Amino acid sequence: MDFFFLQVQAQNSAENYFPIVIQILFAIGLLTLMIFGSDLLGPKRKTADKLQNFESGIEIKGNARQPIAIKYFLVAILFVLFDVEVIFFYPYAINFRALKWEGFLAVVLFVSSFLAGFIYIFKKGALKWEE
Amino acid sequence: MNTQIIFILLSLMAIGSAVMMLASKNPVKSILWLIVVFFAISGHYILLNAQFLAVVNIIVYAGAIMVLFLFVVMLMNLNAETEPVKNYRLQFIGVISGGSLLLILLTFLMRTPVAQPVQMKVGESGLIGKLGMTLFQNYVLPFEISSVLFLSAMVGAVIIGKRN
Amino acid sequence: MTTTFLLIDLPMILEKFVLILVVVMASLGIAMYTTFAERKVAAILQDRRGPNRAGPFGILQPLADGMKLFFKEEIIPNFSSKALFVLGPGLAMLTAIMTSAVIPWGDKVHFFNRDISLQIADINIGILYIFGVLSLGVYGIMIGSWASNNKFSLLGGLRAASQIISYELAMGISLIALLMITGTLSLKEMVVQQQNGYWNVVLQPLGFLIFLICSFAECNRTPFDLPEAENELIGGYHTEYSSMKLGFYLFSEYINMFISSVVMSTLFFGGYDVPFFDEAAHADWGNWLALIGIAALMFKAVCFIFLFMWVRWTIPRFRYDQLMHLGWRILIPLALFNMLVTGGVILYFFNK
Repeated sequence: MDFFFLQVQAQNSAENYFPIVIQILFAIGLLTLMIFGSDLLGPKRKTADKLQNFESGIEIKGNARQPIAIKYFLVAILFVLFDVEVIFFYPYAINFRALKWEGFLAVVLFVSSFLAGFIYIFKKGALKWEE
Repeated sequence: MNTQIIFILLSLMAIGSAVMMLASKNPVKSILWLIVVFFAISGHYILLNAQFLAVVNIIVYAGAIMVLFLFVVMLMNLNAETEPVKNYRLQFIGVISGGSLLLILLTFLMRTPVAQPVQMKVGESGLIGKLGMTLFQNYVLPFEISSVLFLSAMVGAVIIGKRN
Repeated sequence: MTTTFLLIDLPMILEKFVLILVVVMASLGIAMYTTFAERKVAAILQDRRGPNRAGPFGILQPLADGMKLFFKEEIIPNFSSKALFVLGPGLAMLTAIMTSAVIPWGDKVHFFNRDISLQIADINIGILYIFGVLSLGVYGIMIGSWASNNKFSLLGGLRAASQIISYELAMGISLIALLMITGTLSLKEMVVQQQNGYWNVVLQPLGFLIFLICSFAECNRTPFDLPEAENELIGGYHTEYSSMKLGFYLFSEYINMFISSVVMSTLFFGGYDVPFFDEAAHADWGNWLALIGIAALMFKAVCFIFLFMWVRWTIPRFRYDQLMHLGWRILIPLALFNMLVTGGVILYFFNK
């Protein structure tokens, strides 16, 4: 049975994440306190006009939650794909000296298909915002 | 002991927020609860000392795929009064398929022997260095094939997105 | 396999708690005074005086502003989703505060017979942690803008989200080239390497430039401040917010600016390393050495913050298509090119 003190833990162990948990709890506590504090301190004089949404003083027409342009959606979906590809590069970057040219070749192949997709996207004009 | 307590807390958090995700009526709230589930699962990964997996789970699932979900929710017209599903046949099929999934899960859970008490894993296998070596030495081919998968996903996204 | 027990070491927790308290409060304080500095810098660049009434040189101005935010009325519009409306700014602030966890603020200090590391959590995947928290930063803006149920807010939020995710990609790829040189993800190790060798900016000038541009975009700073383009979107995603909730959005922007300045100093400019000064030879200076290190890091961060402001008051805002063009068509291919060239050069020349 080993008793470990947090301070003498090796760098690679899961105990190192403990301070992050403390920080999350601390931050949540602080923010809740601030939100409730400002809620208590401020005056409360609510009128119907004040609780309207502000749209440059023009009478509100309809609801804001309308379907949005598909471009934003396309950006998000491409972001997910590229993000996963970028994540693949991290383990490579850490080890790439040990992996020598074989690893480099594998990554160049991977990047070339990445680029092929990229060029396809541009050729199709999927990310064209000017229209 | 402490690890066990952390494990139980994380599991409760995961299951609780998964239930909340299903129960909340507002799709945006559902997404937020799903993000809490991912955080709990990342906590489990950290207990297993799979640190890279934990942070990738946050970056890819909580940070990227959930953003996409939010965009989709915003893309949908939420104002149209959506009636709850009243189709009894559909509900029946749902109960049957869900129940059989539960059955399969339960049979496998019953079969697993009771493991040793939860303990914090040590060792290098979940760290980025070891993972990279394995990925780029033993699994180069699947890695390259995955790039083709990405390519096809890109093409699919563009075709669906540009179809007017 | 031995059973390891996580023994809750009380002095350790206390030490970490004090460190967290100091770091969080310091970043809040610095964010407060950055708002003051922003107004002063703007005034100097525009040949004005800037705030000068509250205290000498207006030094108490940020305190007055903070107090004012606390004492204003909270308005939650009728059409908004109430819970999400409160959650949005909270999330923005939470992610801003959480990034500071893995930054090495200095070397060890020695108090009460304990070596206290000036880093809240020295984890194996340091830079990926920052990247992860950064990727969550979108939610604060998106949730807040969606919850307000205001057309202008929603447009601002969508713009912000698309912009942040687009520039995150180029940022990630530019980091890969840096990681090829350092071979580690731990920020502490990166600083130690830079203390003994060159600063990474010498080895990765293009990577640094891409990272810098992306941090401007991630912080929604001019020239990338389209989410709050006041001539088209009133106030952008925080149009409906008032009181401290608005304060949270504003503060989180300044905290993000401060933290990204510190991250850039740490990654590319040696962190708490003092140039042309051999830390190891002066180990007997003890706590003073750590203090000099912190001062060096803060000096570098302040320089970056000044750069942020200088650019804000010099360069006009982009158009949205220009912004997307820069992010996707220029920065991502450039970052990929930088990564491959770096890899090739290191393998060819330095990996015998």
